[in-house]
Amino acid sequence: MQASTLTKTKQKTWGGGGVKPLDAAYGKLMMWFFIVSDALTFSGFLVAYGFSRFKNIDSWPIADEVFHHFPFLHGVDAPMYYVALMTFILIFSSVTMVLAVDAGHNNDKNRVAFYMLLTIIGGAVFVGSQAWEWKNFIKGEYGAVEIQNGEILQFYDIKKDKRIPIDDFAVLQSQERVTHDDNVGIWYQSEAKLPEITLSEVMEGFKTNSAITVRVEELNDKGQKIILSREDAENKLSSATRVVKGANLIRNEYGNPLFADFFFFITGFHGFHVFSGVVINIIIFINVLLGTYERRGHYDMVEKVGLYWHFVDLVWVFVFTFFYLV
Amino acid sequence: MAKHEHKLEIFRGYLKFKSNVQKIWGVLIFLSIVTAIEVALGILKPPILMNYFLGLKLINWIFIILTIVKAYYITWDFMHVRDEKPFLKNTIILPLLILIPFLLFILLWEGSYIFDVMLDGLKEWDFDIY
Repeated sequence: MQASTLTKTKQKTWGGGGVKPLDAAYGKLMMWFFIVSDALTFSGFLVAYGFSRFKNIDSWPIADEVFHHFPFLHGVDAPMYYVALMTFILIFSSVTMVLAVDAGHNNDKNRVAFYMLLTIIGGAVFVGSQAWEWKNFIKGEYGAVEIQNGEILQFYDIKKDKRIPIDDFAVLQSQERVTHDDNVGIWYQSEAKLPEITLSEVMEGFKTNSAITVRVEELNDKGQKIILSREDAENKLSSATRVVKGANLIRNEYGNPLFADFFFFITGFHGFHVFSGVVINIIIFINVLLGTYERRGHYDMVEKVGLYWHFVDLVWVFVFTFFYLV
Repeated sequence: MAKHEHKLEIFRGYLKFKSNVQKIWGVLIFLSIVTAIEVALGILKPPILMNYFLGLKLINWIFIILTIVKAYYITWDFMHVRDEKPFLKNTIILPLLILIPFLLFILLWEGSYIFDVMLDGLKEWDFDIY
């Protein structure tokens, strides 16, 4: 019987007229249609990312240098461990979801509820982790300087043979310039917040410390960023226009603006899927607790949201590979 | 309610499970191992895998293949495609299998073409360097 009876009255939800093509319930088939089209949407995004990356193949930011934070380990270089943990959390919440579907096949209400709860918790932890990842990405760590042609220059300490944050070498100067707010002036317009460290402070620090040079966006044969000599660095810096700290949609300290744009867009779109998945899971969880599916006689709804949840996991597997590994 | 039958063997029958729950845990262990291999390779970056093969580094080929392996087990076992009718399997898989590689091919090819053009094609117009 396909048409599902909601209550004792003859109130029916339309279910394809009782016909079961391909031996799959109507709702499940529709969920599969949605998943196939959504999979094509995501592959469109990821392929667009690949396009931009191939277009800038010799100057793309290095993911290991960008994503190397781990909670409670400050300043420890831990590339990828955190996203690997996030991947594991999502796969694990996928497993609890299958277990819920399996318990649903046995009409075991308590176990369905228990596993659904675990799935919701896993999803919430994942969304939280992604928010943390975004926070680190937006805040930035080292800071950089943008020059006239839009190139990003990062600073490098030759003596210590590692990157140096602009905060560490900039020579602080007294400032007369304050951020212009909309309550002063007559046109009620404000400007973007001024950077905490100004360009002239960075340039002054660069002049006084001879161990500092810059790294350009271009990669060498080994896939590392090219480090310029001190004279070349001075030349490049002569056309510096602004200090860049962190990331937004227009410019970021990691290099190509498209890198941040795709990061925000793809992980954001995926995060939105996870978030809506959690919301849908909560709705189904409440329905399970209320006994809706117990009365209906089957737990097909759990199976349908399960499909969606696994799909979200599946997409993350690809995002993980193409954003963090490759 | 129709009874749900599950095919309980993975790796083409090399590994058989006694129940569906056991199979789920087995697949989880397999997926975790694959992820661990990916992360280990990503951190170690063995120099021998840094050579290029068909336009990509070997290590990236390995990552992509392992990703597809993971995707296969997620769809086949977690999403129960293994238990579906062959026609439904094809309805889901074939459009993706045809369209995604097609899209990949044209856009990545175009991307590297634009890279070449920007590298060499417009030199005469760059008056700054003369």
